[in-house]
Amino acid sequence: MRLRKTYLALILMFLYAPIFILMLQSFNASRTMGAWGGFSLHWYAALFQDRNIAQALYNTVTIGLLSATIAAVIGTLAAVGINNMRKGAKKIVLGLSSIPVANPDIVTGVSLLILYLSVFRLVGAGRLGYMTLLLAHIAFNIPYVILSVLPRFKHMNKHLYEAALDLGASPRYAFLKVVVPQLMPGIVTGWVLAFTLSVDDFMVSFFTTGAGVSNLSLIIFSMARTGVNPMINALSTLMFVFVMVLLFIINMRDSIKLKKLGG
Amino acid sequence: MKKFAVIAMLMVAVFVTGCAGQSDSESSIHVFNWGNYINPDVVQMFEEEYGITVIYSTFESNESMYTTIAMGGNVYDVLFPSDYMIYRMIQEELLRPINFDNVPNISHVSERFMGLEFDPQNRYSAPYKWGTLGILYNTTMVNSVIDSWEALWNPDYANLIFMYNSERDSMAVALKLLGYSLNSTNEDEINRARDLLIEQRPLVRAYVTDVVKDLMIAGEAALAVVYSGDAVFTMMHNPDLNYVIPREGSNLWVDAMVVPHNANNPEGAEAFINFMLRPEIAAMNTNFIGYTTANATALEMGLIDPALMEMPGFDITDEEYRRLEVFIDLGEFRDVYTRAFTTVLGS
Repeated sequence: MRLRKTYLALILMFLYAPIFILMLQSFNASRTMGAWGGFSLHWYAALFQDRNIAQALYNTVTIGLLSATIAAVIGTLAAVGINNMRKGAKKIVLGLSSIPVANPDIVTGVSLLILYLSVFRLVGAGRLGYMTLLLAHIAFNIPYVILSVLPRFKHMNKHLYEAALDLGASPRYAFLKVVVPQLMPGIVTGWVLAFTLSVDDFMVSFFTTGAGVSNLSLIIFSMARTGVNPMINALSTLMFVFVMVLLFIINMRDSIKLKKLGG
Repeated sequence: MKKFAVIAMLMVAVFVTGCAGQSDSESSIHVFNWGNYINPDVVQMFEEEYGITVIYSTFESNESMYTTIAMGGNVYDVLFPSDYMIYRMIQEELLRPINFDNVPNISHVSERFMGLEFDPQNRYSAPYKWGTLGILYNTTMVNSVIDSWEALWNPDYANLIFMYNSERDSMAVALKLLGYSLNSTNEDEINRARDLLIEQRPLVRAYVTDVVKDLMIAGEAALAVVYSGDAVFTMMHNPDLNYVIPREGSNLWVDAMVVPHNANNPEGAEAFINFMLRPEIAAMNTNFIGYTTANATALEMGLIDPALMEMPGFDITDEEYRRLEVFIDLGEFRDVYTRAFTTVLGS
């Protein structure tokens, strides 16, 4: 019993110690992590005045939301299509759509860049920027949505859809009201995964973004030479707290629902 | 099938118009600089005074900046590369000569940084910041005078030495100690430098980059190879630290402002460069970043934070200046350095 507790404590420590040290450092008045300069909210104040970081945060969040949502729609439709294929074709298409998952990010990034540049050359216009970044994120997110939606079909009674049609629903209505709700858990998982991957991504963004468009990982990496600014600690702390609060609220809601069901 | 073709065409059209992005009016410039390498107030002042919007992006190494520019698909108006990269970009015709009639403030730049090997006629670049490579040491942890690269081979400091994890910089340390040029293209000299670094390897705690600053402030080691700009930063936080340019000589690096060949708004770029060369603006940047400005007037007018001015290595004497050498891009020969340094790290 004691062993189990120690083990759990160790795991939690490995997971959270770095984050707590970072949070602590975000209140360090000194610019360096090597010395404690006293408690200060200086970096938080500086953070809210930095327009480049604000812009990068905005790009990260909007690209994450847009790319996850668009990929969720495309990926779900693709999963429906793949599910209805004959066995052989299904295997091939599924394999093809999983390759990008295993593909190293740098290959995805460089090949997308080359694709963009050749399209630009072909039509004689266009430049890298927000749009190319968004498209790249949608592209690498789609396979993850497909992979998390597909297994849901196994739990689904495919005759339900036919029953809906028999009862007079149009195919679209039946799809939206019967099929999609049953796929929903998979779609949500895929969406969350896609959003996280988009926010995390550095490599693909590095190659596909253009002048004036940065996300957080790009801007943090670009500080390598002069040292990561302590503002980033403050930003990370805020993001961590935000996610914690969000999780807390979601869990609260779930447990309230459970109670209601139980009562 | 026709329907499909129409949809595909539409998608390409949407994609291209979407990619056209911001309007390329006369009133904006795209600036590409190192992260944390400008005082943000300066950008705002420029925008207010000239009515030109600055679209600002950052990079973390000369090489990644080079890739972005050389690949194309991007349009920038002002870049901030280092010396050897400027040389390479001039050779590859990636830069556009600056019309210095529009940049009269170039007269404020110290003679020391004009006409250096990477741009001998100063046609393409306007120096921004400079620094040296040297030894940062903790005065409470050393027992002798530190004035030579040899200190890094002293067994008394075993495990108390941090080297800099960069190929040219580390090789420069060994080449200089051997009395060679840090741009040597003689394989024998490179091999001897490599062997010297391998011999030193057991004494070295680690090859590090940026974290060296925090480690030295925390008193983790006695000696470290660092850039002067970082040395100044650490010395501000730990008074036990001192910085020296070893007597065998060292590297002088210069970051300068340049205009790429495909700039959209070269006039705006020149206005920006000229603005950045104003002594008061140069001083604002230097006080904010801590790296030394190439702007001689700013130093002479006393616009720089006195705490910075008195830091060793912030400014240099003429005698120190003569011992310094700038890096030149070595073209194909780069590979020899890469191989030598990889062997050192693997040893």
